[in-house]
Amino acid sequence: MIVANKKKIKDMAENFSESGAGRSLWKDARIRFIQNKAATISLFVLLAIVSFSFIGPYFAVWSYEQIDWNAMGSAARVGMPSIESGHYFGTDDLGRDLYSRVIQGTQISLMVGVLGASVAVIVGTLYGATSGYLGGKTDQIMMRIVDILMSIPYMFVLILLLVVFGRSIGMLFIGIGLLSWLDMSRIVRGQTLNLKNKEFIEAAKVTGVSDFKIITRHIVPNLLGIVAVYATLLVPGIILAESFISFLGLGVQEPSTSWGALIKEGSGTISYDTEWQLLFPLAFFVVSLFCFYFIGDGLRDALDPKER
Amino acid sequence: MSDQAILQVENLKVNFDVSAEGDMPWTKPKKLQAVNDISFTLNAGETLGIVGESGCGKSTLARAIVKMVPAESGKVLWLGNNLLSLSDSETRQYRKQIQMIFQDPLASLNPRMNIGEIIAEPLRTHYPKTSESDVKSRVSDVMNKVGLLDNLVNRYPHEFSGGQCQRIGIARALILKPKLIICDEPVSALDVSIQAQVVNLLMDIQQEMELALIFIAHDLSVVKHISTKIMVLYLGNMVELANSNEIYQNPSHPYTQALISAVPIPDPNIEKNKELILIEGDLPSPINPPSGCVFRTRCHKAKEICSKEKPNFIESSTSHSVACHFHD
Repeated sequence: MIVANKKKIKDMAENFSESGAGRSLWKDARIRFIQNKAATISLFVLLAIVSFSFIGPYFAVWSYEQIDWNAMGSAARVGMPSIESGHYFGTDDLGRDLYSRVIQGTQISLMVGVLGASVAVIVGTLYGATSGYLGGKTDQIMMRIVDILMSIPYMFVLILLLVVFGRSIGMLFIGIGLLSWLDMSRIVRGQTLNLKNKEFIEAAKVTGVSDFKIITRHIVPNLLGIVAVYATLLVPGIILAESFISFLGLGVQEPSTSWGALIKEGSGTISYDTEWQLLFPLAFFVVSLFCFYFIGDGLRDALDPKER
Repeated sequence: MSDQAILQVENLKVNFDVSAEGDMPWTKPKKLQAVNDISFTLNAGETLGIVGESGCGKSTLARAIVKMVPAESGKVLWLGNNLLSLSDSETRQYRKQIQMIFQDPLASLNPRMNIGEIIAEPLRTHYPKTSESDVKSRVSDVMNKVGLLDNLVNRYPHEFSGGQCQRIGIARALILKPKLIICDEPVSALDVSIQAQVVNLLMDIQQEMELALIFIAHDLSVVKHISTKIMVLYLGNMVELANSNEIYQNPSHPYTQALISAVPIPDPNIEKNKELILIEGDLPSPINPPSGCVFRTRCHKAKEICSKEKPNFIESSTSHSVACHFHD
């Protein structure tokens, strides 16, 4: 019966499919993501901000360390944003060019966010997937360790680390990276528990695929959707944390700067009629965070359409 | 060839530990007897059908054979070697000879992999040195064999219907040319016309490749069509084991009789006058099985002896065994 129909089916299939290439779930998700206007626009804005932070320095008249002695101390009168003076975003109270400072702050803040999130994602995914897949006692112990680490107040540890070991970006990374993978590992573990009982995992086991291959080939690719969503939402969280630490004066040290540090300086001098010192970094900060959140939302909708 | 026993299962027992909710960690968990003392022999090229209601241990038995669940005691002899005593790395050698097909066709395929990758996975696992072009030709061979077009290799599981997905599952099981395929309710999730196609496909392939099959189902008419031998399970125990025709014409155990009387006959006149044996009540809990004969609580023939003595699994006639004190 099957053999008899085969030729007919073959003819039909040749008429219908030109290439025979399938539409993977990723391709589907990409199409849905593009249809989401807020997310697509956010993606472009974010890309614009990132490319600005790389291209911007070529248009700068002043470097971020250079001090304009004219503007020093009289930023309110001389250091306002203007094209002629070369201070496109104005100067800060010490006469440094805010345009260059914002670019530098953008670079550092985004770097902290992205690197911090990647550390969290890699460590969290592997830890969570291992714990969920192995199950039993191993899972219990691994998750209790996460519980214990989670019960330690995050900011407190971070501030202590920075005070005890000195303030540096490296320390900031370690502090943030150390603690931000915890949520990730929990989410991934939950998903893994769900996946592990699917029949395709069982099929792989019966075939004799090793545990490591099962985790990397079958479990992790099926987790990537949720991981991607969580990662895009984690980046702004880490940027916020870094900014908060810098706002407290513990984060990035001079002459480097970050959005948080710039906002702190700007807010300190707001009463001297130099509102641009606050508004420029704040605008970059707020717009970027909005973009990350919109992209995260868009990814979530695109990757699991059932949830909508 | 067909008289050679490839799989012998001897007194296989599988227990699960069940701990009630709110139990303390040190409370001893209760034992659930999922599979109790099962023995059978399967020859090359034969099909063993396993039937029974939900929760009677059909799938657990299948999984115990392939070591997906640990067995409590007993032996699984594959061509004379006891699989249960082998280490994990030694078992890997046998994995390519025993494959499995699952109930939910879509769930048994990884949604992120395309069909070509899915079907080639067993090949790549056991023969990692196979060249790309060899893999490709093997995949397209096996796809043709199960009635799939080989230009579909780049598609993804969600683009296929249930029947097609099941064919993909079968193709994956066939690529290593195994000697035994365990089919865990392969057609329960498909509609009737597709069921027939898949069952016929399995039978065609079986003849072509001299495969042995273990075919689990809860639909007796499907099992009758494909099986050479049928085993009836009840609450993890073997109730009856006989040749397929024998069990239909001559069911000895009251449970089997009741099951067979429930199979609808596609002739209204016969169907109307047929005597139905109804089984009352529910399946007892396997944590606390009835004493003596496990079926006595629902059996219309039950007498006092049934609660005291567990009936032996005895051969009532040639190649027909039954576990009942009052078998016909």
